[in-house]
Amino acid sequence: MRRTTLAGAGICLALVLPGAALAEVEYRAAVLRVDAPGPMPISRLDLPPEDLGFAGGALGTADNATTGGFLGQTFTTETVIATPETAEAEMRRLIEAGIPYIVTLADAGMTVRLADVARDLAGEEALVVNAASTDDRLRGAECRANMLHVAPSDAMLADALAQYLVWKRWTDWFLIEGSHPEDQALAQAYRRAAEKFGARIVEERVYEDTGGARRTDSGHVQVQAQMPVFTQRAADHHVVVAADHSGVFADWLPYHTWDARPVTGSAGLVPQTWHPAHEAWGATQFQSRFEKQNNRPARDEDYQVWTALRVLGEAATRTQGGDFAAVREFILSPDFDLAAFKGQKLTFRDWDGQLRQPVLLTADRVVASVSPQEEFLHQVSQLDTLGIDRPETECTK
Amino acid sequence: MRMIAALASSAALLAGPAFADKIFVSNEKGNSISVLDAGSLEVIHTITGMQRPRGITASPDGKTIYVCASDDNLVRVYDAATYEELPSLPSGPDPELFVMHPDGKKLFIANEDDNIVTVVDVETRQVLAEIPVGVEPEGMGVSPDGSIVVNTSETTNMAHLIDTETYEIVANVLVDSRPRFAEYTPDGSILFVTAEIGGTVSAIDTTANEITKKITFEVPGVLPEALQPVGMRVTADGTKAYVALGPANRVAVIDVPSLEVTDYLLVGQRVWQLGFSPDGQFLYTTNGNSNDISVIDVARDEVTVSVQVGEQPWGVVAVKSE
Repeated sequence: MRRTTLAGAGICLALVLPGAALAEVEYRAAVLRVDAPGPMPISRLDLPPEDLGFAGGALGTADNATTGGFLGQTFTTETVIATPETAEAEMRRLIEAGIPYIVTLADAGMTVRLADVARDLAGEEALVVNAASTDDRLRGAECRANMLHVAPSDAMLADALAQYLVWKRWTDWFLIEGSHPEDQALAQAYRRAAEKFGARIVEERVYEDTGGARRTDSGHVQVQAQMPVFTQRAADHHVVVAADHSGVFADWLPYHTWDARPVTGSAGLVPQTWHPAHEAWGATQFQSRFEKQNNRPARDEDYQVWTALRVLGEAATRTQGGDFAAVREFILSPDFDLAAFKGQKLTFRDWDGQLRQPVLLTADRVVASVSPQEEFLHQVSQLDTLGIDRPETECTK
Repeated sequence: MRMIAALASSAALLAGPAFADKIFVSNEKGNSISVLDAGSLEVIHTITGMQRPRGITASPDGKTIYVCASDDNLVRVYDAATYEELPSLPSGPDPELFVMHPDGKKLFIANEDDNIVTVVDVETRQVLAEIPVGVEPEGMGVSPDGSIVVNTSETTNMAHLIDTETYEIVANVLVDSRPRFAEYTPDGSILFVTAEIGGTVSAIDTTANEITKKITFEVPGVLPEALQPVGMRVTADGTKAYVALGPANRVAVIDVPSLEVTDYLLVGQRVWQLGFSPDGQFLYTTNGNSNDISVIDVARDEVTVSVQVGEQPWGVVAVKSE
């Protein structure tokens, strides 16, 4: 019933405002999620919901449609679940169907391959928006002119935590990294962050993933013995920094370390884009709209897909007329900005297509802090204290 | 110049009845309303028993105070003289900000969660209408003749102009990101809409419903992203406008005829909403992060004093006392 009224308001507007599009204009987008077989998360609370990412996309599309109702614009979003084997064919199909805006939820390697499929078919006309991979290479040596990143990079997440730890004067870190390549990439981001902000890594250890079932009945009995042993006799440190992108061990670190030290990074105090407890800057409205629509709290991937689709919606609102080339040009221009519940405008870095954004530091039930921390200044945008700045970029797209 | 200042200050001294005026400040985190004597600027009473009070306004006669109790999902009503709580009004879920129609009978309430504006009759306490608007309705303004109510929607980035007789949207004006507040000039010719994330104030010509100018802000030493326009008020003579700039901790002064920023006044931290004294001599600012209100002398554009109130003051309204 409300929808009908809204549509009516839209028509009314078209009559009132000269220059508004009279015909309905459709904006088409897709969300392509690549589900790779992988180990289960340590905690059953972290089991991925079936609509992971898509739920955020549905909210983004609904938000765009409400605004579009006033402007004679409609928004349709196709959602696709692929496997690593079918993903590239799905991307091809979407591009051939004329969808120019594709949001991806995939690992680093797959994200680049998908962007390349889109480029081969559509040149730079179609935009691929990475809403999942945090790998810095996608913003560096492996960047693409047709690829944007709404997911933060490892460097941004590491810098966000590092700023807080340095502000707290917890400068001596015990870095524990996983044994997978993405864990090592994340650990490298922490090493870089330590150097950038004046912290020291006093001890480094690698937690080998030896495989096996992630959880067994009463598995905690062994964990309780293993984790203290694994962390004992480390050099004096203020905090543990866990780089466990794969989710193999970090959740087991808090309360199990040999020394009584806080755990940060992949467990404990965690840098994230979203958290169900985030309430500042109007975030409560996002939470309640999302929860009403999906009957579960939003995860990072949901927020990131929402953001990706709102980028499209915002550009459609500002450009109108339905021409995707104009939409694309506006998104890539310095005039683009987005409000996304982070207390300041989010914009894209022109050197690597990364969305500038504050990062939440979450501590279990609450948002403990938000970086950038006030004290870290920058000549252009304080948000550029997080991640790879213009002079350091390896992107030559 | 000196003469004007002298005249203004003597006027302030002569304004005897102002001593009985009262300032009501909603404390969002404190779950309370601080009542201050406008003369002594002392907190003379604290009203409690509400959850997350934000938007606050008064009836045209100043006898009744209305507060959006966001987490109670209703509008609480108080007697401005006795502080006694009167029967509450339905508000729709999570009311944040509202505006009283000049007739004193209808409240227009923004419901952030439901993308609607709820219209409530304050006498019968009935919901008269629910008007669908954009995503996250927030700011509410009313034209001086009462014919149009404006709602701003934060995610849709529009000002929706609503006919107060038919409750139909008659125009939508696209503004910058996250519009927070709508305010008309007293002659109704200009509608101002603040955009918190966009960092601008749009001046809208109300005959054509078109933006004539986007006012921008610049303060040396303050990060551009911290210049976030939120609350706004225009003086009764329509010559000056004041804009709260949120985390920039400043209130901008705008010369309305030229639409130019003439001054920035340093107030408390995260300045949120503004309200004039009943005689228009003073402007009160709620400073959310420093738990105080600042008092601006309107004639001189000077901040004269800051006064502690409750936790995270959000909105402010001042009324004449009998």
